[in-house]
Amino acid sequence: MTLWWAIAVVCAGCYVLKLAGLAAPRWVLEHPVVSRFAELVPVALLAALVAVQMFSEQGRLQVDPARTAGLAAAVVALLLRAPFLVVLLIAAAITALVRVFSG
Amino acid sequence: MEETSHRAVAIRDGLGVGVAVGLAGLAFGAAAVTAGMSIAQACVLSLLAFTGASQFALAGAVGAGGDLAASAAGALLLGGRNTLYGLRLAGLLRANGPRRLVVAQGVIDETAAVALAQPNPAAARAGFTATFAALYLTWNLTTLGGAVGTSFLGDPRVLGLDAVGPATFLALLWPRLTRSAELRWLAAGGAAIALAATPFLPPGVPVLLSAVAVLVVMVR
Repeated sequence: MTLWWAIAVVCAGCYVLKLAGLAAPRWVLEHPVVSRFAELVPVALLAALVAVQMFSEQGRLQVDPARTAGLAAAVVALLLRAPFLVVLLIAAAITALVRVFSG
Repeated sequence: MEETSHRAVAIRDGLGVGVAVGLAGLAFGAAAVTAGMSIAQACVLSLLAFTGASQFALAGAVGAGGDLAASAAGALLLGGRNTLYGLRLAGLLRANGPRRLVVAQGVIDETAAVALAQPNPAAARAGFTATFAALYLTWNLTTLGGAVGTSFLGDPRVLGLDAVGPATFLALLWPRLTRSAELRWLAAGGAAIALAATPFLPPGVPVLLSAVAVLVVMVR
Protein backbone atom coordinates (compact mmCIF):
# COMPACT_ATOMS: atom_id res chain seq x y z
CA MET A 1 0.00 0.00 0.00
CA THR A 2 1.47 3.36 -0.93
CA LEU A 3 0.83 6.46 1.14
CA TRP A 4 -1.52 7.88 -1.49
CA TRP A 5 -3.64 4.71 -1.31
CA ALA A 6 -3.83 4.94 2.46
CA ILE A 7 -4.94 8.57 2.12
CA ALA A 8 -7.60 7.64 -0.46
CA VAL A 9 -8.97 4.89 1.81
CA VAL A 10 -9.10 7.23 4.81
CA CYS A 11 -10.81 10.02 2.81
CA ALA A 12 -13.45 7.72 1.30
CA GLY A 13 -14.00 5.80 4.55
CA CYS A 14 -14.39 8.94 6.68
CA TYR A 15 -17.00 10.30 4.29
CA VAL A 16 -18.99 7.06 4.23
CA LEU A 17 -18.95 6.93 8.05
CA LYS A 18 -20.34 10.48 8.25
CA LEU A 19 -23.03 9.76 5.65
CA ALA A 20 -24.06 6.45 7.26
CA GLY A 21 -25.47 8.11 10.38
CA LEU A 22 -27.36 10.81 8.48
CA ALA A 23 -28.76 8.34 5.96
CA ALA A 24 -29.97 5.73 8.45
CA PRO A 25 -33.56 4.67 7.65
CA ARG A 26 -36.34 6.59 9.39
CA TRP A 27 -37.61 3.60 11.39
CA VAL A 28 -34.14 3.18 12.89
CA LEU A 29 -33.90 6.88 13.82
CA GLU A 30 -37.40 6.95 15.29
CA HIS A 31 -37.04 3.82 17.39
CA PRO A 32 -37.23 5.08 21.01
CA VAL A 33 -34.15 3.16 22.16
CA VAL A 34 -32.07 4.40 19.19
CA SER A 35 -33.21 7.99 19.61
CA ARG A 36 -32.48 8.01 23.35
CA PHE A 37 -29.05 6.45 22.67
CA ALA A 38 -28.32 9.02 19.93
CA GLU A 39 -29.45 11.81 22.25
CA LEU A 40 -27.08 10.81 25.05
CA VAL A 41 -24.10 9.53 23.08
CA PRO A 42 -22.57 12.91 22.10
CA VAL A 43 -22.28 13.87 25.79
CA ALA A 44 -20.27 10.72 26.58
CA LEU A 45 -18.13 10.96 23.41
CA LEU A 46 -17.32 14.65 23.77
CA ALA A 47 -16.47 14.25 27.46
CA ALA A 48 -14.24 11.28 26.59
CA LEU A 49 -12.61 13.36 23.86
CA VAL A 50 -11.85 16.16 26.34
CA ALA A 51 -10.27 13.64 28.73
CA VAL A 52 -8.21 11.87 26.06
CA GLN A 53 -7.01 15.07 24.39
CA MET A 54 -6.10 16.50 27.78
CA PHE A 55 -4.43 13.58 29.48
CA SER A 56 -2.91 11.27 26.89
CA GLU A 57 0.05 11.48 24.58
CA GLN A 58 0.49 8.83 21.88
CA GLY A 59 -1.44 6.12 23.71
CA ARG A 60 0.02 6.82 27.15
CA LEU A 61 -1.62 8.62 30.05
CA GLN A 62 0.26 11.83 30.64
CA VAL A 63 -0.45 15.16 32.34
CA ASP A 64 0.77 18.23 30.47
CA PRO A 65 0.95 20.94 33.19
CA ALA A 66 0.49 23.85 30.77
CA ARG A 67 -2.55 22.36 29.04
CA THR A 68 -4.05 21.35 32.40
CA ALA A 69 -3.65 24.94 33.64
CA GLY A 70 -5.30 26.15 30.42
CA LEU A 71 -8.32 23.92 30.92
CA ALA A 72 -8.57 24.79 34.62
CA ALA A 73 -8.64 28.47 33.63
CA ALA A 74 -11.37 27.66 31.11
CA VAL A 75 -13.44 26.01 33.88
CA VAL A 76 -13.07 29.13 36.05
CA ALA A 77 -14.12 31.28 33.09
CA LEU A 78 -17.17 29.03 32.53
CA LEU A 79 -18.12 29.27 36.21
CA LEU A 80 -17.92 33.07 35.89
CA ARG A 81 -20.21 32.84 32.83
CA ALA A 82 -17.62 34.22 30.43
CA PRO A 83 -18.70 34.27 26.75
CA PHE A 84 -17.73 31.26 24.68
CA LEU A 85 -14.90 32.85 22.67
CA VAL A 86 -13.38 34.37 25.81
CA VAL A 87 -13.24 30.86 27.31
CA LEU A 88 -11.28 29.58 24.30
CA LEU A 89 -8.91 32.57 24.33
CA ILE A 90 -8.23 32.14 28.04
CA ALA A 91 -7.50 28.42 27.58
CA ALA A 92 -4.97 29.09 24.81
CA ALA A 93 -3.40 32.12 26.49
CA ILE A 94 -2.91 30.44 29.89
CA THR A 95 -1.49 27.30 28.23
CA ALA A 96 0.95 29.40 26.19
CA LEU A 97 1.93 31.54 29.21
CA VAL A 98 2.58 28.54 31.47
CA ARG A 99 4.72 27.02 28.69
CA VAL A 100 6.73 30.22 28.38
CA PHE A 101 7.39 30.46 32.11
CA SER A 102 8.06 26.75 32.68
CA GLY A 103 10.59 26.83 29.84
CA MET B 1 -38.17 37.63 17.32
CA GLU B 2 -36.75 35.29 19.93
CA GLU B 3 -36.26 32.65 17.26
CA THR B 4 -34.18 35.11 15.22
CA SER B 5 -31.92 35.98 18.18
CA HIS B 6 -31.36 32.27 18.95
CA ARG B 7 -30.25 31.87 15.34
CA ALA B 8 -27.94 34.89 15.56
CA VAL B 9 -26.29 33.52 18.71
CA ALA B 10 -25.90 30.10 17.09
CA ILE B 11 -24.24 31.64 14.03
CA ARG B 12 -21.90 33.75 16.15
CA ASP B 13 -20.86 30.76 18.26
CA GLY B 14 -20.48 28.60 15.16
CA LEU B 15 -18.23 31.10 13.41
CA GLY B 16 -16.18 31.47 16.59
CA VAL B 17 -15.72 27.73 17.04
CA GLY B 18 -14.96 27.30 13.35
CA VAL B 19 -12.21 29.88 13.29
CA ALA B 20 -10.73 29.02 16.71
CA VAL B 21 -10.63 25.26 16.19
CA GLY B 22 -9.76 25.71 12.51
CA LEU B 23 -6.48 27.31 13.55
CA ALA B 24 -5.42 23.85 14.73
CA GLY B 25 -5.05 23.10 11.02
CA LEU B 26 -1.65 24.77 11.42
CA ALA B 27 -0.70 21.97 13.77
CA PHE B 28 -2.04 19.34 11.38
CA GLY B 29 -0.20 20.76 8.35
CA ALA B 30 3.00 20.87 10.36
CA ALA B 31 2.51 17.35 11.78
CA ALA B 32 1.74 15.87 8.35
CA VAL B 33 4.84 17.32 6.68
CA THR B 34 7.01 16.42 9.68
CA ALA B 35 5.67 12.84 9.38
CA GLY B 36 6.90 12.69 5.78
CA MET B 37 3.73 13.55 3.84
CA SER B 38 3.87 15.99 0.95
CA ILE B 39 2.08 19.34 1.10
CA ALA B 40 -0.45 18.00 -1.44
CA GLN B 41 -1.15 14.91 0.70
CA ALA B 42 -1.76 17.06 3.80
CA CYS B 43 -4.14 19.31 1.85
CA VAL B 44 -6.08 16.42 0.25
CA LEU B 45 -6.68 14.93 3.71
CA SER B 46 -8.04 18.22 5.06
CA LEU B 47 -10.23 18.78 1.98
CA LEU B 48 -11.68 15.27 1.73
CA ALA B 49 -11.32 13.45 5.06
CA PHE B 50 -12.04 16.67 7.02
CA THR B 51 -12.11 15.15 10.49
CA GLY B 52 -9.21 16.29 12.62
CA ALA B 53 -8.70 13.31 14.90
CA SER B 54 -8.51 10.82 12.00
CA GLN B 55 -6.10 13.06 10.11
CA PHE B 56 -3.79 13.46 13.12
CA ALA B 57 -3.93 9.71 13.72
CA LEU B 58 -2.88 8.91 10.16
CA ALA B 59 -0.05 11.46 10.22
CA GLY B 60 1.12 10.22 13.61
CA ALA B 61 1.14 6.58 12.55
CA VAL B 62 2.88 7.35 9.26
CA GLY B 63 5.48 9.42 11.09
CA ALA B 64 6.10 6.59 13.54
CA GLY B 65 6.74 4.28 10.58
CA GLY B 66 3.60 2.21 11.21
CA ASP B 67 2.11 -0.23 8.69
CA LEU B 68 -0.03 1.82 6.29
CA ALA B 69 -3.06 -0.49 6.33
CA ALA B 70 -3.08 -0.49 10.15
CA SER B 71 -2.60 3.29 10.18
CA ALA B 72 -5.58 3.76 7.86
CA ALA B 73 -7.70 1.40 9.99
CA GLY B 74 -6.86 3.42 13.12
CA ALA B 75 -7.87 6.64 11.39
CA LEU B 76 -11.19 5.09 10.27
CA LEU B 77 -11.89 3.87 13.81
CA LEU B 78 -11.62 7.47 15.00
CA GLY B 79 -14.06 8.48 12.25
CA GLY B 80 -16.62 6.02 13.62
CA ARG B 81 -18.00 8.50 16.13
CA ASN B 82 -19.14 10.75 13.27
CA THR B 83 -21.67 8.02 12.42
CA LEU B 84 -23.12 8.36 15.92
CA TYR B 85 -23.30 12.16 15.58
CA GLY B 86 -25.04 11.66 12.23
CA LEU B 87 -27.72 9.51 13.88
CA ARG B 88 -28.45 12.33 16.31
CA LEU B 89 -28.26 15.14 13.73
CA ALA B 90 -30.38 13.43 11.05
CA GLY B 91 -33.68 14.57 12.55
CA LEU B 92 -32.46 18.09 13.32
CA LEU B 93 -30.85 18.87 9.99
CA ARG B 94 -33.45 17.10 7.82
CA ALA B 95 -31.13 17.10 4.80
CA ASN B 96 -32.33 15.01 1.87
CA GLY B 97 -31.19 14.28 -1.67
CA PRO B 98 -28.07 16.02 -2.98
CA ARG B 99 -28.01 18.41 -0.02
CA ARG B 100 -27.48 15.47 2.30
CA LEU B 101 -24.31 14.55 0.39
CA VAL B 102 -22.85 18.00 1.16
CA VAL B 103 -24.13 18.16 4.76
CA ALA B 104 -22.58 14.73 5.47
CA GLN B 105 -19.06 16.11 4.96
CA GLY B 106 -19.73 18.50 7.86
CA VAL B 107 -20.78 15.88 10.45
CA ILE B 108 -17.88 16.10 12.95
CA ASP B 109 -17.23 16.78 16.66
CA GLU B 110 -17.42 20.57 16.47
CA THR B 111 -20.51 20.92 14.28
CA ALA B 112 -22.37 18.30 16.34
CA ALA B 113 -21.41 20.03 19.58
CA VAL B 114 -22.55 23.48 18.38
CA ALA B 115 -25.78 22.18 16.81
CA LEU B 116 -26.77 20.19 19.91
CA ALA B 117 -26.07 23.14 22.24
CA GLN B 118 -28.85 25.19 20.58
CA PRO B 119 -32.35 25.61 22.06
CA ASN B 120 -34.36 24.81 18.88
CA PRO B 121 -33.99 23.08 15.48
CA ALA B 122 -33.74 26.31 13.45
CA ALA B 123 -30.88 27.55 15.63
CA ALA B 124 -29.29 24.09 15.49
CA ARG B 125 -29.31 24.18 11.68
CA ALA B 126 -27.87 27.71 11.62
CA GLY B 127 -25.17 26.74 14.13
CA PHE B 128 -24.27 23.62 12.16
CA THR B 129 -23.94 25.53 8.89
CA ALA B 130 -21.93 28.41 10.38
CA THR B 131 -19.54 26.03 12.15
CA PHE B 132 -19.12 23.84 9.07
CA ALA B 133 -18.42 26.79 6.73
CA ALA B 134 -16.01 28.62 9.06
CA LEU B 135 -14.20 25.47 10.10
CA TYR B 136 -13.89 24.06 6.58
CA LEU B 137 -12.42 27.30 5.26
CA THR B 138 -10.07 27.91 8.20
CA TRP B 139 -8.97 24.29 8.56
CA ASN B 140 -7.99 23.99 4.90
CA LEU B 141 -6.21 27.35 4.72
CA THR B 142 -4.26 26.70 7.92
CA THR B 143 -3.41 23.15 6.81
CA LEU B 144 -1.78 24.66 3.71
CA GLY B 145 -0.09 27.35 5.79
CA GLY B 146 1.17 24.86 8.38
CA ALA B 147 2.42 22.44 5.72
CA VAL B 148 4.21 25.15 3.72
CA GLY B 149 5.54 27.04 6.72
CA THR B 150 6.59 24.15 8.97
CA SER B 151 10.25 25.06 8.79
CA PHE B 152 9.79 28.58 10.20
CA LEU B 153 6.63 28.07 12.25
CA GLY B 154 8.25 25.86 14.86
CA ASP B 155 5.89 24.21 17.36
CA PRO B 156 2.23 25.42 17.26
CA ARG B 157 1.93 24.29 20.88
CA VAL B 158 3.82 27.49 21.75
CA LEU B 159 0.54 29.33 21.05
CA GLY B 160 -1.40 26.99 23.35
CA LEU B 161 -3.53 25.76 20.42
CA ASP B 162 -3.58 22.20 21.80
CA ALA B 163 -5.81 23.44 24.66
CA VAL B 164 -8.40 24.97 22.33
CA GLY B 165 -9.97 21.63 21.28
CA PRO B 166 -10.67 20.32 24.81
CA ALA B 167 -11.78 23.80 25.98
CA THR B 168 -14.20 24.02 23.03
CA PHE B 169 -15.87 20.70 23.78
CA LEU B 170 -16.08 21.46 27.49
CA ALA B 171 -17.58 24.91 26.88
CA LEU B 172 -20.17 23.45 24.51
CA LEU B 173 -21.14 20.68 26.95
CA TRP B 174 -21.22 23.08 29.91
CA PRO B 175 -24.85 24.30 29.75
CA ARG B 176 -26.15 20.73 29.56
CA LEU B 177 -23.87 19.60 32.39
CA THR B 178 -24.99 22.40 34.73
CA ARG B 179 -28.67 21.54 34.09
CA SER B 180 -28.66 17.79 34.61
CA ALA B 181 -27.00 15.59 37.22
CA GLU B 182 -27.62 12.56 35.02
CA LEU B 183 -25.61 14.13 32.18
CA ARG B 184 -22.81 15.04 34.61
CA TRP B 185 -22.55 11.37 35.63
CA LEU B 186 -22.67 10.35 31.99
CA ALA B 187 -19.85 12.76 31.05
CA ALA B 188 -17.72 11.72 34.03
CA GLY B 189 -18.33 8.04 33.24
CA GLY B 190 -17.46 8.48 29.56
CA ALA B 191 -14.26 10.33 30.41
CA ALA B 192 -13.25 7.72 33.01
CA ILE B 193 -13.86 4.80 30.64
CA ALA B 194 -11.83 6.45 27.86
CA LEU B 195 -8.89 7.25 30.14
CA ALA B 196 -8.91 3.79 31.71
CA ALA B 197 -8.84 2.18 28.26
CA THR B 198 -6.21 4.49 26.74
CA PRO B 199 -3.07 2.53 27.76
CA PHE B 200 -4.51 -0.77 26.52
CA LEU B 201 -6.33 -0.07 23.25
CA PRO B 202 -5.32 1.55 19.95
CA PRO B 203 -6.10 5.28 19.51
CA GLY B 204 -9.74 5.90 18.69
CA VAL B 205 -11.15 2.88 20.48
CA PRO B 206 -11.21 4.42 23.99
CA VAL B 207 -13.38 7.36 22.88
CA LEU B 208 -15.82 5.02 21.08
CA LEU B 209 -15.86 2.75 24.14
CA SER B 210 -17.15 5.66 26.25
CA ALA B 211 -20.53 5.00 24.62
CA VAL B 212 -20.81 2.09 27.11
CA ALA B 213 -21.56 4.75 29.73
CA VAL B 214 -24.69 5.62 27.73
CA LEU B 215 -25.90 2.03 27.92
CA VAL B 216 -25.41 2.07 31.70
CA VAL B 217 -27.48 5.26 32.01
CA MET B 218 -30.21 3.80 29.77
CA VAL B 219 -30.48 0.50 31.63
CA ARG B 220 -30.62 2.19 35.01
